[in-house]
Amino acid sequence: MNFGFSISPSSHIMMDDVSRKRFDALKKTEPDIAICMSCGSCTATCTAGANAEVSLRRMILMLQRGKDDEALAMASRCLLCGKCYLVCPRGINTRHVLLSISKCLGHDEDI
Amino acid sequence: MLDDMNKVVIKGGGAAGLRAASRLKRNGIDTVVIERESTLGGHLAQWDRLFPDGQKAKDVLDRLLSDINGVEVMTNHTITEIQRENDIFKIKLDDNTVIQADAVLDTTGFDIFKAEKKQEYGYGIYDRVITNAELESFFKTGSDRRIDNPKKIGFVHCVGSRDIKVGNTYCSKVCCATALKQACEMREAFPESEVYTFYMDLRMFGKGYEDLYLKAQQDYGVKCVRGRVSEVAEAKDGRLVIKAEDTLLGKPLKMTLDLLVLMCGMERKDGFIATKNGFVEQNITDEKGIFVAGTAIQPMTLPETIANADAAVLDIVEFLKRRK
Repeated sequence: MNFGFSISPSSHIMMDDVSRKRFDALKKTEPDIAICMSCGSCTATCTAGANAEVSLRRMILMLQRGKDDEALAMASRCLLCGKCYLVCPRGINTRHVLLSISKCLGHDEDI
Repeated sequence: MLDDMNKVVIKGGGAAGLRAASRLKRNGIDTVVIERESTLGGHLAQWDRLFPDGQKAKDVLDRLLSDINGVEVMTNHTITEIQRENDIFKIKLDDNTVIQADAVLDTTGFDIFKAEKKQEYGYGIYDRVITNAELESFFKTGSDRRIDNPKKIGFVHCVGSRDIKVGNTYCSKVCCATALKQACEMREAFPESEVYTFYMDLRMFGKGYEDLYLKAQQDYGVKCVRGRVSEVAEAKDGRLVIKAEDTLLGKPLKMTLDLLVLMCGMERKDGFIATKNGFVEQNITDEKGIFVAGTAIQPMTLPETIANADAAVLDIVEFLKRRK
């Protein structure tokens, strides 16, 4: 029967259903992803971010909240220019992290 | 030299009172510490380890206590009345003893915010919601029936602080660092556990605090989520379902936890004590001869409290000298 409307899925992040396995695997290669403090320097300075939605700090958060696909899609827009590496106050090798995200969670050709 | 007749009464035998007593003694001033409890040390005596580097609270307290060796201490006593006659204070105790003093130092400190006032967190209703002070006593004694090998642990920052609704508009200063210290300790005690902290800002302002934050993330895998827990509900199995927003992602979040620790802040029933000037007369009250030090003025860390007590002693010494 068609009532003319549908119910949207919950917008809540259900942390109980989030598997941390992939994030933890990535953390083994890139321990620095644990020390991001979400200052947003990377996003503010992002070359690609001027024209598309790219944010490394958001990618790191998405991976911790089980939104791997969204993170991968975002990673694919990175130009690997490395400007975020220059500005990160915690000295995270951001460029390397981006490469590892694609390597660990997706396919190399996504970048 | 100060006259032998000079006498200072210190109201409260916590960190500030003990430190001030030892400094007054070193300046040759006759001092009495009045403490309402049966033992000295105040909140410090209830704590296990201190931020940022986990020094034992007992070591600090022992040092403060050994420094007051020789100072008169009256435990289990409360002051019922302070009367001024000319420049002399007559301080009446609950057993009708009267002590004469030239100056009074108020170091009555703070109370821990009563967590049950924040009903949405369910303290006193749900078994697995505990306070920072209770967790500290678990670290001290090693036992609390509510802490049963928890797998998922949450910490809520700013409970009763930065909260107009409960009447506490200020930041309690010590909870951010305490939360991360306790989060690391829980990871140490329960290596299989996942620990989340829910914060609005992480105010890691002091020496070594920012290093503690980094250590918590890097070495202990503590997960800091920016967003205040809005409500807690109990699941059928007694575990806790919490809601918060991950404000950095802009998405609401739901999670089941085995233990929730509330970082209760500092407050005083009748408010913090006003001083003459927050910059240059930080320990002087409008009442001549009555001084104040430590967390009775505002939330302070332990090093700040001790430095503040030292400053108050200098004011008292100058006050007594000037009266000659």
